Amino acid sequence: MVKYCDIFWSFFKIGTFTIGGGYAMIPLMQRELVTKHGWMGEEEFMDQVALSQAMPGVFAVNMATMTGYRLRGKCGAAVAIVGNVLMPIVFILALAMFFRTFRENPVVERIFMGLRPCVVALIAAPVFTMAKSAKVTWSNVWIPIASALLIWMLGVSPIVVVLVAALGGYLYSRLRHNP
Amino acid sequence: MIFWQLFYTFLVIGAFTFGGGYSMIALIQGEVVNHWGWMTAQEFTDLLAVSQMTPGPVGINTATYAGYTAVINAGYPAWAAVCGSLLASFAVIVIPMALVLLVSGWLLRHTDDHRVASVMRVVRLAVVGLIAAAALGLVGTESFGGVGLNKQFIVSVLIFAAVFILSWRYKKSPILLIVASGLVGLIVYSIF
Repeated sequence: MVKYCDIFWSFFKIGTFTIGGGYAMIPLMQRELVTKHGWMGEEEFMDQVALSQAMPGVFAVNMATMTGYRLRGKCGAAVAIVGNVLMPIVFILALAMFFRTFRENPVVERIFMGLRPCVVALIAAPVFTMAKSAKVTWSNVWIPIASALLIWMLGVSPIVVVLVAALGGYLYSRLRHNP
Repeated sequence: MIFWQLFYTFLVIGAFTFGGGYSMIALIQGEVVNHWGWMTAQEFTDLLAVSQMTPGPVGINTATYAGYTAVINAGYPAWAAVCGSLLASFAVIVIPMALVLLVSGWLLRHTDDHRVASVMRVVRLAVVGLIAAAALGLVGTESFGGVGLNKQFIVSVLIFAAVFILSWRYKKSPILLIVASGLVGLIVYSIF
């Protein structure tokens, strides 16, 4: 049986070294869970990645929940989640305590004036990468465009957009399979 | 009551985030900045920059930070704010966690079901739009300075174009790009 402290330590490492968002974590997770500990096969790992992306919530936490649950049930899931989020929470708490006084500093302000346009570009770039993996074509490109405009121009909640998209996908499969 | 507002808001954010942290940004910004005013738009962009350099998913980082500042701004002491940040982080993961525990076994056996596949295909298309909306929502005077032939706007547009190309075409690491942009900001705004 897999030890709780092994699960904790693996996800602690994964959580601590994830810099730049959840997907950057995939290679590290693969090394820890598949190569090093052999807790699952390559194919099971890919299924788990796909499912964690499909479920709502934070990708990395979903991966931790699924892996922990697979290894040691509900307690295993809890141990994996706590290990995964511990360092991030400590880091951001320290930051929240000192960020405000720190931001008043003119040197820091100049650095942030350079950082802000960079962040916008870092978020704009994945739109095009993701368009490829979501299989955007000329016949369905209106869906992402309409979603973006509804949220940005009309202030529609992203929640409504996701729900309508899910309903649309369901109705579409009904129409195609039960004419 | 601030603690209940925090819990409820991040519960909803966690439940409706599909496709990773970036698609969450428009939703978090709408709630945390526009609706509740727990942080300013500029503070939010700065936090996004910082969370790219510190460990952890964007969703958890924003929940922790917003939980702390919201409670401090409401006039409570620091220990209560720490509780607020833990509460918000817990709220963000609780619904997905329950869903993963309840249905992941079933879904893993039904990924080839045509209804599940069709729902996910259309949701993924919408998520591309969600991320585009997040980027559009961050374009503003907070990030670029006033539009026109002033120093900050020109420098900002140049940084934006360079980072976009390096990130999209050349797959450069976000950490590297953030460190470089910070250095460019420090040097350019110190000299001119």
